[in-house]
Amino acid sequence: MVSENLVKDVVSEPYKYGFVTDIETEKISKGLNEDTIRLISEKKEEPEYLLNFRLNAFRKWQKMEEPNWADLGYKKINYQDIIYYSAPKQKEKISSLDEVDPKLLETFDKLGIPLTEQKKLTNVAVDAVFDSVSIATTFRKELAEHGVIFCSISEAVKDHSNLIEKYLGSVVPANDNYFAALNSAVFSDGSFVYIPKGVKCPMDLSSYFRINSGDSGQFERTLIIAEESSSVSYLEGCTAPMFDTNTLHAAVVELIALDDASIKYSTVQNWYAGNEEGVGGIFNFVTKRGKCLGKRSKISWSQVETGSAITWKYPSCILLGEESVGEFYSVALTNNLQQADTGTKMIHIGPRTKSTIVSKGISAGNSINSYRGLVKMGSKASGSRNYSQCDSMLIGDQAAANTFPYIQSQQPNSEIEHEASTCRISEDQLFYLQSRGIEFEEAVSMMVSGFCRDVFNQLPMEFAAEADKLLALKLEGSVG
Amino acid sequence: MQSKTKELDPILEVNNLFASIENLPILKGVTISVNPGEIHAIMGRNGCGKSTLSKIIAGHPSYTITKGEIKFAGNDIQSLEPEERAQSGIFLGFQYPIEIPGVSNLEFLRVATNARRKFLNKEELDTFDFEDLVKEKLDLVKMDSAFLSRSINQGFSGGEKKRNEILQMALLEPKIAILDETDSGLDIDALRVVASGIKKISNEQTGIILITHYQRLLDEIQPDYVHVMSDGQIIKTGHSDLALELEKHGYEWTDSFIREQ
Repeated sequence: MVSENLVKDVVSEPYKYGFVTDIETEKISKGLNEDTIRLISEKKEEPEYLLNFRLNAFRKWQKMEEPNWADLGYKKINYQDIIYYSAPKQKEKISSLDEVDPKLLETFDKLGIPLTEQKKLTNVAVDAVFDSVSIATTFRKELAEHGVIFCSISEAVKDHSNLIEKYLGSVVPANDNYFAALNSAVFSDGSFVYIPKGVKCPMDLSSYFRINSGDSGQFERTLIIAEESSSVSYLEGCTAPMFDTNTLHAAVVELIALDDASIKYSTVQNWYAGNEEGVGGIFNFVTKRGKCLGKRSKISWSQVETGSAITWKYPSCILLGEESVGEFYSVALTNNLQQADTGTKMIHIGPRTKSTIVSKGISAGNSINSYRGLVKMGSKASGSRNYSQCDSMLIGDQAAANTFPYIQSQQPNSEIEHEASTCRISEDQLFYLQSRGIEFEEAVSMMVSGFCRDVFNQLPMEFAAEADKLLALKLEGSVG
Repeated sequence: MQSKTKELDPILEVNNLFASIENLPILKGVTISVNPGEIHAIMGRNGCGKSTLSKIIAGHPSYTITKGEIKFAGNDIQSLEPEERAQSGIFLGFQYPIEIPGVSNLEFLRVATNARRKFLNKEELDTFDFEDLVKEKLDLVKMDSAFLSRSINQGFSGGEKKRNEILQMALLEPKIAILDETDSGLDIDALRVVASGIKKISNEQTGIILITHYQRLLDEIQPDYVHVMSDGQIIKTGHSDLALELEKHGYEWTDSFIREQ
């Protein structure tokens, strides 16, 4: 629902999460070679299999080429000019939140993610990741009572090594693509979730990713495993300070759903997008993939992508188990000189699998917004169905929208349906709303929210409200 | 009929208004004054400037006023945004209400109503109170509440769109309502519904301008004044009998007025 004061209560500054936390950090020197990787692994006291996983990925990465098929325009990234590990200096072992540097808690407070016992969000467990490390995870005890594991991936490596060894890289192999290989080599932290058999996770789980340093990349890794007949809803939020340099963010997310399990993964991505001239901003190259391993399992991605100078991201589902279900609901909004190339891949392997894709792209300013998606029906996917709907909305006359649907079918007994549309907010529509007393900016945001409704309906409630606000904020001053 | 408003100040005054779109002059000196409680009809051929006049009063950004003034309740409104005009009580019933996919009609009506109420220093209505109000108003135009859950005007028939306009008028309780060909595209029954809705909504505080081609609307709502417009000017003003004559003789007949001028 569009709130009355949507536009009004939004601050006039273009990006309100742009502050930098002044905190002493431990950084390793710039550059990437095998020693860097050994150093990261050593710092994290990792077992040998993980070091080998990293080194193997690194060697593959060195032989790979940075992809350019998305036709994104950006200055070549110098991978030797990036710091691959940056962590706020803290005590060696932190046993409780009280020992976390107050500056860090303050940072998350300011971002609307209070972590302390008194203030923490009541119905959401949060894992807060600051640059390369996880700062704190709330509600761990309560979750543990249900057998749910929610911790940083570094801790999981130590405490649940068998699960990591079994599943890490099982959905996104180390050599999957250039950025995934890089992540596999240098990933620092991220979240780990394990939902045991038959458990419906009692609260939403959430990770909040904060990039603070301008010269370090963030390479987080998330792994979620839902055992038989379990379910979980996971939310992810991201912000970064405003720097005039570009910061690389290359994450990998892997989801695994076993028989009758369901995972709902929602993202509101609001990395710094650069200024109006396109200076600065995050390069967001992310590989997200879920594997519906079990029968009747379900993985649902919903995303609201509003930030980053460049977004390159295709949350996908491998529908292996029979009658498994994949969903992708996306709103991508670009303004000024932002570029987004986002979409999904639905790989139907098992019989009677189903997938739904709803993508809404909004381009304003001089931005380029592309949907790129693949729907593939494998030879055994008989009776499988896909429905895709890709709509674009243009605001102003300098923005561009593209739709690239790729369809491959090896199974005649399957159905693929694709609908696409492009619209423009017309002056007459705006005038109609205005002539009923509705302020110009609110009229725009009503139409944009209306356009995105199908997707917003899929988001957890708090997220939907935040998403609505975010869009209004991003569009401020982009019309007329 | 006219005596009741004589002592009042006009709610709307258009004085010698000239306006153009993309340098093409459309209005060439329009003057009209509407008192509270009065019903005016403006008739004329297609393209004579009737719709332009209504859009300019509502503040459509595509038109430029080159000369003259528009006063609402005594104040020049040229510098006001369309939404400010609407909030202060100017209502335009569109000839072709536009479809706005994805935006719920109910939410739209509520936001609009609250914008007007805020201006009037009335308490804004929450979803529940608003639903009560809107259900009451739906009866005026014999609309089904199913329309509320649909997107604004999307998939509405011509008649449904027009009823939706009158529903908005009922909710906004304007001081002046300009209804641009509200009768076009309506069958006889729908016309009666719309006309009786308009009559029920308006009172001695409301000024109404009916823009129409046809006598049949004026049979339902008797105007106090009838203006004939041609080529961007009002060329003749009379009472309801003028509309009847127009009906009888057609617009060719009005060409003689221009020659007289």
